[in-house]
Amino acid sequence: MPTTLPQYVATWLPEMIAAAGNTLRMAVFAFVFAICLGLVLALARLSGRRILAGAALTYVEVIRGAPALALLFLIYFGLPSLGIVLPAFLAAVIGLGMNGGAYVSEIYRAGISAVDRGQREAAQTIGMTSGQTMRYIILPQAARIVLPPIGNYAIGLLKDTSVASLIGASELTLRARDLSSEYFMPMQIYLLSGAIYFVMAAPLSAGVRYLERRLRRGR
Amino acid sequence: MQTTATAPLVQLTGVCKAFGPLRVLEDIDLDVARGEKVCLIGPSGSGKTTLLRCVNHLEQPTAGHVYVEGKLFGERQVNGRYLPLRDAELARMRSTIGMVFQTFNLFPHLTALQNVSIGPVKVLRQSRGEAEALGLELLAKVGLAEKRNVYPEQLSGGQRQRVAIARALAMRPRLMLFDEATSALDPELVGEVLNVMRQLAIEGMTMLIVTHEMGFAEEISDRVVFMDKGRIVEVNGPHELFRRPQHARTQSFLSAVLQKKPFQ
Repeated sequence: MPTTLPQYVATWLPEMIAAAGNTLRMAVFAFVFAICLGLVLALARLSGRRILAGAALTYVEVIRGAPALALLFLIYFGLPSLGIVLPAFLAAVIGLGMNGGAYVSEIYRAGISAVDRGQREAAQTIGMTSGQTMRYIILPQAARIVLPPIGNYAIGLLKDTSVASLIGASELTLRARDLSSEYFMPMQIYLLSGAIYFVMAAPLSAGVRYLERRLRRGR
Repeated sequence: MQTTATAPLVQLTGVCKAFGPLRVLEDIDLDVARGEKVCLIGPSGSGKTTLLRCVNHLEQPTAGHVYVEGKLFGERQVNGRYLPLRDAELARMRSTIGMVFQTFNLFPHLTALQNVSIGPVKVLRQSRGEAEALGLELLAKVGLAEKRNVYPEQLSGGQRQRVAIARALAMRPRLMLFDEATSALDPELVGEVLNVMRQLAIEGMTMLIVTHEMGFAEEISDRVVFMDKGRIVEVNGPHELFRRPQHARTQSFLSAVLQKKPFQ
């Protein structure tokens, strides 16, 4: 049995680092899900087809109006009544990804709209179709505009994975909660988990700042 | 309409354009013959630019039609009704008309050479090697071969506009539209762009040019069109129009514009 704080930390840390690995994996999967879904939603909203645009807008408004936790509960506890039972990790990835997709689509939409109208016209006059214009001209420029806000979203997502602890997905916050009920040292344990989140987020923050500087210089 | 050897390259019939209640073009009829250079002049807001943008259907005319080589442009006729074209068909038609913008609109994420070759590669499905060879040839033609790997932001305004001209030429257009191609340039950079346009004119390109450079218009045009308030007021050969304008409105415009340039 450990007696000093460093000894406790040494006991907790391997378990918490393993759980942090799950947090990271969950964040990466949810992030990929969200940026793909977000692109589909943004293109639907800008497609000019009323039904597609309306469906995408409805999705975005409904998702943004509901807490992410409610979505996770719906997927994890609600879907089994329809015969769909998902493991907690997968339910968390889907829930966070669906939630993030709504936010990311708004970032994309703003980025695409920020590309100068003349770019679209120039592409049209050399005979590009709408699809080619979007793919070769608008999206590559929009990507530069949206990179910093997408990075900020990724940082937020990394920490938002903690809500997955409430459906019992194995990740850092759940591990910390389990440890603190085992050792009755919540202050030390939650501080440690906070530090681990910080260590994971700090390189992302630095990356976003680097991108912002580089893109500003590129203008 | 049948394609015939004598048909004008471009024909506008009864073209009108309104943006909501604002009527920008009123019943425009205009023919441009193959190889002809026509300059559109007139005060700001007279509809010159909108007219140019109606030719390649960047703006869809509210009424009237555009014919290129005798064929209906940007629309199709079904049982006497005019319907919009599908995206891909409109794109293919547009690819045959080059356009140069006041604000250049180069693609900032592509190098000069990529700007010129992306159309042939993506639209005409040429191989990259073929398109780059053509692109280099065209960059050389506008005097910018050594800037092939440079991004637009590192180019001067005049250089950007010359790359934009090369980009349009890479599609082997039948017609070139110039929308105030020199209006956004520093005065000392205007000449290099006009020189490229002059060269194109000598080579026989059909050109429809919106410009405020009256000297250039007089020098290069076969005909000059004076527009005011969305209508064509007067069309004539350049010397006649500039020296002996018939309409009072043309006279007052020219005297106001040319007064500022005592050396003309």
